[in-house]
Parts: sequence; C-alpha cells; structure tokens
Amino acid sequence: MSEITYLQAIHDALDEEMSDNKDVFLMGEDIGYYGGAFRVTEGLYDKYGRWRVIDTPLSESGFTGAAIGASLMGMRPVIEMQFADFISCAFDQIVTVAAKNYFRWGGKTPIVVRSPFGGNVHGGAFHSQCPEGWFLNVPGLKIVAPSNPYDAKGLLKSSIRDDDPVLYFEHKFLYRRIKGDVPDEDYTVPIGKSRITREGKDLTVITYSAMVHVASEAAEILEGEGISTEIIDLRTLMPLDKDGILASVKKTNKVIILYETPRTGGIGGEIAALISEDVFDYLDGPIIRIGAKDTPVPYSPPMEECYLPNVDDVVVAARKLIAY
Amino acid sequence: MDIEKADLLRLYHFLKLTRRFEDRITALYRQGRILGGVWTSNGMEAISVGYACALDKDDVIAPYFRDMGAYIVRGITVNRIMAQYFGKKTGVTGGREGNVHVGDINLGVLGYPSHLADNYPVAAGVALSFKIRGERRVAAACTGDGGTSRGDFHEAMNMASVWKVPVVFVCNNNQYAYSTPLSLQMAINNVAERALAYSIPAETVDGNDVIEVFLAMKRACERAREGNGPSFIECRTMRMHGHSEHDAAKYVPRELLEEWKKKDPVIRMENYLLSNNVASQKDLSDIDAGIMKEIAEAEEFAEKSPLPEGEDAVKGVYATPV
Ligand SMILES: Cc1ncc(C[n+]2csc(CCOP(=O)(O)OP(=O)(O)O)c2C)c(N)n1
Repeated sequence: MSEITYLQAIHDALDEEMSDNKDVFLMGEDIGYYGGAFRVTEGLYDKYGRWRVIDTPLSESGFTGAAIGASLMGMRPVIEMQFADFISCAFDQIVTVAAKNYFRWGGKTPIVVRSPFGGNVHGGAFHSQCPEGWFLNVPGLKIVAPSNPYDAKGLLKSSIRDDDPVLYFEHKFLYRRIKGDVPDEDYTVPIGKSRITREGKDLTVITYSAMVHVASEAAEILEGEGISTEIIDLRTLMPLDKDGILASVKKTNKVIILYETPRTGGIGGEIAALISEDVFDYLDGPIIRIGAKDTPVPYSPPMEECYLPNVDDVVVAARKLIAY
Repeated sequence: MDIEKADLLRLYHFLKLTRRFEDRITALYRQGRILGGVWTSNGMEAISVGYACALDKDDVIAPYFRDMGAYIVRGITVNRIMAQYFGKKTGVTGGREGNVHVGDINLGVLGYPSHLADNYPVAAGVALSFKIRGERRVAAACTGDGGTSRGDFHEAMNMASVWKVPVVFVCNNNQYAYSTPLSLQMAINNVAERALAYSIPAETVDGNDVIEVFLAMKRACERAREGNGPSFIECRTMRMHGHSEHDAAKYVPRELLEEWKKKDPVIRMENYLLSNNVASQKDLSDIDAGIMKEIAEAEEFAEKSPLPEGEDAVKGVYATPV
C-alpha cells in the first residue's frame, strides 16, 4: 500500500498499462514533452518516447478520430482532452463513430478519453463544465468518474483493458487535494459497479466524483443530529449499477441524488425514474435531486458558490426528507 | 498606402496601454489578487492593436484570448476589464466570466468562446449578414497558429471563400501553442499557406511591427468592402511570457526569446516615432504618464466595486426569461 494523490493514481495507471502492453499509447495536446496541462503524464514521454506519448496538433476531433482508427487496428489509445470542456469539439467522433462502431459492424473501439472536468476552480464557463450528462443519451459509450485514488487507478486500468469506448472523467479539483491508499500490486476496479462508501440506515445519497466528498461532509453533520446516511459512490455512470442503487433504496427508503452537472436533464432524473419504476413501494418520501444551477458555470466566487451544490444543500434536503 | 500621424500616435497609445495594463494584471496575479488564470499577449501586442485600429467603428470583431489590445481599441474600458479579472459586478460580464472572455455587442465585439477557432465560422456568418444586407462592413476574427489546426478553422475558411463574404481572418503565429511548437502543429512554416487551399489571398507580415499589421489589415478591409471576399493575414511573432502566467515556458529555447526580445514591438514603435520625428521623448513620457494613471484608476475602480450576488448566477441565462 502507498498513499498517493488522485493525480498520481491516474499517472501510475497509465504508466503501468503502458509498460504491460505495447499497444497502449497516449495522445493529446501538450501531454508529451510538457507533461500535460495538469502534469498527469509527466515523465511518460521520457520513458516511452514520442510515438507512445504523442503531442498532437490542436485538433480534438482529429485526434479522437485517429484514436478510433488505431483502436480498430487493435491498439489501445488513451487520449486526453486538455479540459473536459473541449470534448465538445470531438463530440461527433465520439457519438457518431466510436459509440456506434461495434453495434453497426462489429468494429471494436477500445479508446479511453480522459477528461479533466468539474468546477470550484474559478475556471468560468469553458474550464469547469461537467459534460458527462451530454453522453448519457448515447448508447455504446461507457462513462466512469472516480472519486478517490484507489478507484481512479483501478477504473483507468479497467477502462484501458475494456473493448468499448470509455469516457473517463477525472475531477480536476481532486487532483492534488485527495490522497488515499492504493495497493502496490496490480488491481482493477470493475466498470459498472458502485460502492457504498458509508453505511447508513435513514437515507441514501447517490452521487459520484467530487460530490462524494460533499456528501461525506454532510453525512458527518447529519450523524451529529442522529441521522444515519448511506452514501453510494456510483463510480460508473454508464452502465449504471442498478442493483446497487435499488438495494440501498430498499434499505433506507429515502433518497437524495447529488451531482455536479446542471440539475435539469442530468443523471438525477434518470436515477429517480429508475427508482420509482422499480422500487416505488419502498419509498418513504420524494426522491430529491440536488444538482448545479441551470446556468453556465459562472466565474465570480459568490456566483460559483451559488452554482455548485454544497454541503448545506445536502444537509437541508436530508432534514426535510427525514421529517417527511 | 500611407499612414497618418494621428494613426501612428493612436497605434502607439494602444500598444503601450496594452503592455502596461497586462503587466499590471500579471503583477496582480502574482500577488494572488486575481482568481483563475491570466493569459497575456506580451510581445505580441502589435497584432491585436494593429488589426483593431485598422477597422471602422461599424465593423465587428471576433477576437481570441490574446487580443487584449483589440478589446481596448474597440472601447471596452480598462476599468471594466480590470473589474472582470477581479470577478466584480462592474466587470464586462458582471462576474459571469473571467479574464478576456468578454464581448460587447454595442461595441461590435463578439464574446470569445474559449474553444479555439470557434470564432472563425461565426465571423464568416457576421460577414454573410453584411453581404446579404448589402452593407459595406467588415468582420474580423483572430486565432493562434494552434487554432488553425481545428476543423472549424477550415470549415470557416472554405465557406467564406465560396461565399466571398467580407471577412478578414487574422492569425497570431507566435510559434507555439501552449508547449507545442509549430513543427508539431503543422508541416508548413507559414500558416498563410493554409489559405491557398481555399483560394483566399494571404499575406505573412511582421507581427512585431504594428504599422505593418495595420496596413495589411487596411488593405484586406478595402478588398472586403469592394466585394472581393475574405483575406488571411498571418502575423509572425513570439509569445514572450508563458502560455499562462503560471507557466514558466521551459520548452521555449532561451536563445529564441533573446532574439525576439530585440524585436519588442513597443520599443520598436517608440524608436520609429522618435527617429521619424513623429513624437518627442517628452510626448512619449506624457502618453505613458496618462496610461499609468488610467491603469491605477482602473485598479481602484475594480477594487472598490462590489462582488455580484450569488443568485446573479441564474439571472440572464435566457434573453426571453423562461
Ligand atoms: C479547442 C480547444 N482545445 C484546447 C484548448 C486549450 N488551449 C487554450 S490555448 C491553447 C494553445 C493555443 O495555441 P495557439 O492557437 O497557437 O494560440 P496562442 O496561445 O499561441 O496565442 C490550448 C491548447 C482550447 N482553448 N480550445
């Protein structure tokens, strides 16, 4: 076991997969010689050379298409969107080509799209978005979003070894803020399985990525008030761990869904529908969604604070739900 | 084409103002007084100042993030921009955005979307509207050498050429896109060659010579107004600071920086004005004193301005409130 940062976990997963499998290679803007805008790939260029850590032109759609092409030939490209926001430039290749290859003609497309996402960094509307929701309506993609170093490493390894296109959303707020124990030996975290990060019996908070930490803080406060909170870290958004979600709802009977994308049209609606379709009888109160405000991510601190879901939002909602 | 004394002084004023203003913003960033990042145009000010000064008031610009000079030339005041960096309510976007992600339709400045070259097709569309309405106006867009690798760049160039619309595409070729040198960005040395494929007349100019940029832009605008369609202007320069102010730019050879330091566009213009007797040392000092005062006032204005209310975040998402 070693205690490492979330960023280091991602770096190590790349390094280990590259050293184990010659077909794994990286592409993206400034990821080579420079080591990446966030320094995730630092050192890999020196270790693996310029044809395994490729500095691309400023062409998200182009290098995503190129990754798809290489993957169809059996390679395992991992590409980096410098900021997740720029994934919009590659939208067409991801949605039109990667997601549909296997279904249409059996073309296996094992690409991984690493995207640093999320707010709380005063990045404004183009450097803070959470684009995962844009892709939830596109069958054929897998979407993961780890909340801690252990999952970050294990999920990235699974993503690289997976035969489908995987969108890997890494939260830039967590990069150097979150540390955790990670085994020294090889391990993976399966795609499609959630994890209960805190056991509880009064209500369930279903969440993922940076919001797991918001939920944990809220749970501490609620504990002091005698409210026992269960937290489900989804880890994977597509496919959703339906069984894990439903089991927890059956146990606690009350649900909050917490996510950082704008509330409307986000994953919360999907999960709420799933719960009400399958375990409606077990519910002892309304399903509450807490998302970001339905507005582009603002820059100024008071506005960004207002935009993002926070601990208080969860605590207030939980109290309301318990009193229901 | 000749250039008049008033134009020369105007160019100089904005050059110097841009340099001083961004230097101040950099200093404030280092003091931790600005949130988020700071990207400056240090060493490249002549480009945005040159192209913006060549335009008429009715023309429209779609700048990119190293176009501080253009924003100021178009009339977005340093007060508003400084307040923007501070995230204040009085900033150009009222706290919605930081740095130069600004726009003001009344001043003919389109807001810059961070996604590079996204502004090129938009500028082509602005020009299309001028053509449809029979207006003698020009649209101008700017991006970096890196931005010209994007599909949107190529789609815009193609459309504009096919439609023969009055747009001038400016490219700030500072030889690096973040850490990526031109040689890894494209297999040609002159970005201007990209215009050939679209049958768009192109020039490569010395981007550190504000007069040259200005005159090239004047010629391109003239062509556009005469109904002869788009032009492309590649301005060769060097980015003298890091990609953003937290980047030490170790990937740029120091000798290259030394070489370009000698071509500093501000000093060069000063020398030009002095040696051609357009202005005296005293004139230049007076201009500078005025600029320093303006910037100090902007800082005070920004400092004293209130932050927006948190709830302002959800206001103004729709033009027709939902
Ligand atoms: C589509 C897109 N991808 C990535 C980025 C992140 N990014 C911001 S600036 C930059 C480099 C820009 O280089 P260039 O276009 O040459 O302009 P310069 O900074 O050199 O003026 C990158 C990669 C972006 N803004 N837009």
